[in-house]
Amino acid sequence: MHELAIAQSLIGIIEQEALPYTGAKVTRVRVLIGKLSGVMPDALKFAFEAISVGGIAEGASLEIEEVPLRIRCHQCGEVLVVEDPFLTCPNCEGTDVEIVTGRELDIRSIEIEDGNQASEEHP
Amino acid sequence: MEIKLVKNILEANEVIASENRRLFREKGIYVVNLMGSPGAGKTTLLERTLENLGDKKRIGVIEGDIATSRDAQRIAHYAIPTVQINTGGACHLDGNMVRGGIEELDLDQIDLLIVENVGNLVCPAEFTIGENNKVMIISVPEGDDKPEKYPLMFQVSSLLLLNKIDLLPYLDFDMERFRRDALKVNPKLEIMAVSCKSGEGLDNWFRWIEQRAGRADG
Repeated sequence: MHELAIAQSLIGIIEQEALPYTGAKVTRVRVLIGKLSGVMPDALKFAFEAISVGGIAEGASLEIEEVPLRIRCHQCGEVLVVEDPFLTCPNCEGTDVEIVTGRELDIRSIEIEDGNQASEEHP
Repeated sequence: MEIKLVKNILEANEVIASENRRLFREKGIYVVNLMGSPGAGKTTLLERTLENLGDKKRIGVIEGDIATSRDAQRIAHYAIPTVQINTGGACHLDGNMVRGGIEELDLDQIDLLIVENVGNLVCPAEFTIGENNKVMIISVPEGDDKPEKYPLMFQVSSLLLLNKIDLLPYLDFDMERFRRDALKVNPKLEIMAVSCKSGEGLDNWFRWIEQRAGRADG
């Protein structure tokens, strides 16, 4: 729902991280969006494209990896992906569950083309 | 080259919310983030709470609304420290706005801070403000299908108050279905049925708050 604010925060982080690399151009950004984060990947892409114009991230491709809602059931021990928001174990109908993945709203990497730095392979 | 990160995109809010949380802890203040749809009964619940607990606890209130100070005015006659935040369009309160709000309060004079969030069943759930617990209030006229439709709000809340139960005889509200769905979405959710109008069930709420506000670190 707040994809524009999230895109703004994302660009803020990108600008901060890319600051030491003078003249660099950001070519790709990878983010993880969990199913429970409430963020719509298409809306985020749209917002990102719109507000990156004129900045260091203009033209960068935003790659979004969607993370499923995965729960660990403390009753039967299973770790399962669940589709809907019901936090009940599909295996044993247990309700003592913990969310393992699905809440992510993380930036994972920024790819840049070096500006006036010597081009080197980084591990 | 690739710069690798593991960073929450909304880290900035998390950091501020943590700072708020640390300050509240230092001052021994228990903080409730009260959320719910427009008209669910947040402000009325607040009024009942101030009437009942105002003498027993030192209460402070932060009101969040897009516009007007009507809610702050409604509770003005209880004469407790109150700050009204107008977001000017933002649909929820975030850590930064609340930080601005607490600067207007003398925290040494407060044991219990109730933050009444902007009326909204979606966005406030996404933002932490440094509270001890999120409490949501939903009302019978809104319908019994809300847990499935607005899961995040139910998932992040510790307590759910189902308000306006005095209207049950006049509406098709399936209480069993509602409870079942709410607990499926959040098995740890505590649910209380209340009527802020008749007072029914409110003692449970007052006890819940009193138990928690008594402890210095919530």
